Amino acid sequence: MQPYDTIIIGAGHNGLICATYLARSGQRVLVLEASGSVGGLAATREFHPGFKVSVAHTVSHFSAKVVDDLDLAAHGYTSAPAPMRTVGLTLGGEHVVLAGADVGGVSAQDIRRYRDYRRLLQRFADLLKPFWLKTMPRIGASSLGELMTFARLGLRLRLLGKRDMGEFMRVATLPARDLMDEYFDHELLKAVLSWDGLIGSKMAPRSPNATIMAMLYRMSGEHHGAHSIPDGGIEGLVKALHSAALAAGVEVRTGARAGRIQILANDNGLRARGVELADGECIDAGLVVSATDPQRTFLELVGVENLEIEFTNRIQRLRCDGFVAKLHLALNGLPNFNGLAQPDGRMIIAPNMDAIEFAFDDSKYGEYSQQPVMEIVVPSLHHSSLAPEGQHVLSAHIMYVPYKLKGGWTEEARARLCERAVDIIAQYAPGLKQQILHSELLTPADLERDHNVTGGHWHHTELSIDQMLMMRPTYGAAQYSTPIPGLFLCGAGSHPGGGLMGGPGHNAAREILGKKS
Amino acid sequence: MITTMNPESSAIDPYAGERLKESHFHPRQAALNLRDAWSSWNGYKFADYYYDEEYEYFCVRNSCATYDICPMQKYYVSGKDAQAMLNRMVTRNIANMKEQRVTYVCWCTDEGRMVDDGTIFKLGPDKYMLTCGSPCLAWLRKSAFGFDALTIEDMSDEIAALSFQGPTSCAVLKKMGLAGIDTLKPFGIMHFPFAGSSGEPLMVSRTGFTGDLGYELWIEPGLALDLWDALYAAGSDYGIQPYGEAATNMARLEAGFIMPGREFNEALKTVHYQHDQTPFELSLGWLVDFKKPHFNGRLALLKDRDNGPEYTLVKLDIEGNKPAEESHLYSNERCTKEIGYVTSAMWSPVVKANIALAMIKTQYLQGDIWAEIYYGRELRHNSKVVRCTLQDKPFWAPGRARQTPPPAY
Ligand SMILES: Cc1cc2nc3c(=O)[nH]c(=O)nc-3n(C[C@H](O)[C@H](O)[C@H](O)COP(=O)(O)OP(=O)(O)OC[C@H]3O[C@@H](n4cnc5c(N)ncnc54)[C@H](O)[C@@H]3O)c2cc1C
Repeated sequence: MQPYDTIIIGAGHNGLICATYLARSGQRVLVLEASGSVGGLAATREFHPGFKVSVAHTVSHFSAKVVDDLDLAAHGYTSAPAPMRTVGLTLGGEHVVLAGADVGGVSAQDIRRYRDYRRLLQRFADLLKPFWLKTMPRIGASSLGELMTFARLGLRLRLLGKRDMGEFMRVATLPARDLMDEYFDHELLKAVLSWDGLIGSKMAPRSPNATIMAMLYRMSGEHHGAHSIPDGGIEGLVKALHSAALAAGVEVRTGARAGRIQILANDNGLRARGVELADGECIDAGLVVSATDPQRTFLELVGVENLEIEFTNRIQRLRCDGFVAKLHLALNGLPNFNGLAQPDGRMIIAPNMDAIEFAFDDSKYGEYSQQPVMEIVVPSLHHSSLAPEGQHVLSAHIMYVPYKLKGGWTEEARARLCERAVDIIAQYAPGLKQQILHSELLTPADLERDHNVTGGHWHHTELSIDQMLMMRPTYGAAQYSTPIPGLFLCGAGSHPGGGLMGGPGHNAAREILGKKS
Repeated sequence: MITTMNPESSAIDPYAGERLKESHFHPRQAALNLRDAWSSWNGYKFADYYYDEEYEYFCVRNSCATYDICPMQKYYVSGKDAQAMLNRMVTRNIANMKEQRVTYVCWCTDEGRMVDDGTIFKLGPDKYMLTCGSPCLAWLRKSAFGFDALTIEDMSDEIAALSFQGPTSCAVLKKMGLAGIDTLKPFGIMHFPFAGSSGEPLMVSRTGFTGDLGYELWIEPGLALDLWDALYAAGSDYGIQPYGEAATNMARLEAGFIMPGREFNEALKTVHYQHDQTPFELSLGWLVDFKKPHFNGRLALLKDRDNGPEYTLVKLDIEGNKPAEESHLYSNERCTKEIGYVTSAMWSPVVKANIALAMIKTQYLQGDIWAEIYYGRELRHNSKVVRCTLQDKPFWAPGRARQTPPPAY
């Protein structure tokens, strides 16, 4: 008898979620994690003595169903009672503040328009919400269940009413900029509102593609997509997931890098039969589920010689270059932002949409902008154990920083970007530089190396029209099963995509278990 | 208005880029192309026939004849990963191929539809040559992704190649001085010194597309005309003659070989769903080896094998002497139930039979097969319905095609 029914490669949140569902259905599950800890891009680690941080620093759309199904509350997880404010920073301190349905710092007209805008987008987000937790139909599918998914989407669209349905069809692939220009006057408001459509992607306000879809995806979350830091921090979320997995009987091995998915070949074809670790140890299992990114899964772990030619070429062409760098600062006190009583919101430095666009322009040619745009939080304000008493951690997502820098990522290039980012933040938070005990900048290439994610990509592979829904990551592997029987995918590279959400892990488990809903 | 021609610009050919390329053997072939019957193949000027297609066909069958295969596509695939890469691309197992051997292969899309067929020459431990009818570089590049110790070179224009077929072909090569050529076995390769050049610049393989005794000669372009001259000098007493596309098409049909555009539609050029074919449909199941390591289209082909292909390519012996070109096939004489269609047909002079290749719905193979044949006689259109009989052997497969040494003529 095989020791395990299923081996899951990668203990990111999706791997843990998938594992827990399977174990709860009676499977014996082993999770292999290459790094020393669980959580993947959400893992919390010490980056300076006494200071801890996670790459992913807030949640916006973590699945409430997963929280319920896995009893995460019983494992210590509490979502934040209220979301954070999102603050568009200005140098003078006349910030634009978004808090729920309210917006401050803009004209009365923009306030009114914001209500309309939110109402419409929320309707669209609600329309799509059920589909993030469904398996997408196969292209050319003819099974009743698959056709029903299409039919349901059509029906829900129809139920929007003629006008809103038309609007949805019009808006879904619109550049964020066009939508913002239609609604608002305030430049900073427009930049802040488009942010959640752009972050993590190779897209800027003028890109027509999936930026609105990405916004709607995030808006499926608990507080209509407003960001929050759970009570125990991101660390608390990962701990709860880990604990739920262990309680369900999942075995988790860290420091165990999968080197190869073992494939059994006989007259009937290929079948995944286990995993060979990088150190040569072989472990058999009935099924293998990869929670790592699709390129890594197929090109490294499976190997092209086991794959079809056209499929391989589609995987090779997946767009996996990340454009977000991480800045971590250990501070000896609370940073003081002009005009902000407490830096407890999610602060965005992007004065207008052109600023975002220009930052993107440089990255297209392998450079980073001297005026990067960014999102900043001070997670230690929400989760005090991240820093010693009275001291703080500043965490920032910096856009757009190319994975492939012209001339390569040298120590010097990294240091220059770090300095530039700190300079910019210090313009908004004077005195910041004197507070810095330690700084760390992680480029997408660093994230790739440290977190074993190809390209250091936020979503493992671009979340764009050509790579989403029934095309995610590509047809032939978009229903969590793969061309290799016995091998499944369950990471951010699968539908619905990345971010701390849990959809891929949840959906994959359901497919593996052959359950209907 | 009268314009005078600029004497300088008149020297410039405004259609230069559109004109057909000339094969390495063109000067000799042009001189013999009495009918100027040119068409094209892969951008090369290419003879349909030189004098008379039937005459050329009879040379192939009764003496010997040359067929220009310069336009055929030739690729060197070399490096440590060459074998693994090719073996994953083609359906046949090439892992056990010996050096200086040739094997017939086909390759398929992910869905198991045939992209093309061709031959693989194993020229060294890590060196192969792939030949095929249509350009294949893009597919080779795709197939090569992930195999790093590999180079692919398009040699199509860099190698002059001449097919030399017919019962007297071995005798002529011997007379030309190719010592030991009679020991070369079917699908074997030998190398020879030639024309005082250093080394062994002339490669000869015992291969061809006629189903008869025959060879293919491979040489660097600079020696192409010398090769031609030497061959034609040696062959003058043996009835040597160039033959074109028309005679090839007759000979290959008698041998039961398939042609793109006739029996199969190259999958990458097929627009309509499943208007291309699987090897099983083309009765090339013997080329598909499910015991070898993974190869492209495997899963789809396994299904095709187990479910049985919708159509099967068969050989037909047809009553009467009217070629069943483009005929529809029926399961009954009244022609109410259509079951397939003829892909290629001819009256075969050597077999003295009315033969055809046809695609028939697999489920009807056991029953009666009738062909509705249309034919013209001095502008009057006629049709008739005749019985067809399945043939399982090639129509033409003389013993000399396989014998080593081949019988002397
Ligand atoms: C800079 C950045 C900032 C982000 N910020 C946020 C944010 O604030 N909020 C948010 O919601 N999302 C954020 N994201 C996105 C989010 O972090 C990811 O989409 C999400 O964590 C992906 O989860 P996952 O479980 O699918 O994969 P991952 O978290 O990437 O986990 C995959 C795991 O597989 C392991 N692994 C890989 N290869 C092997 C192998 N061969 N053997 C064993 N294990 C292996 C890896 O070590 C890793 O632990 C951010 C992403 C980036 C890049």
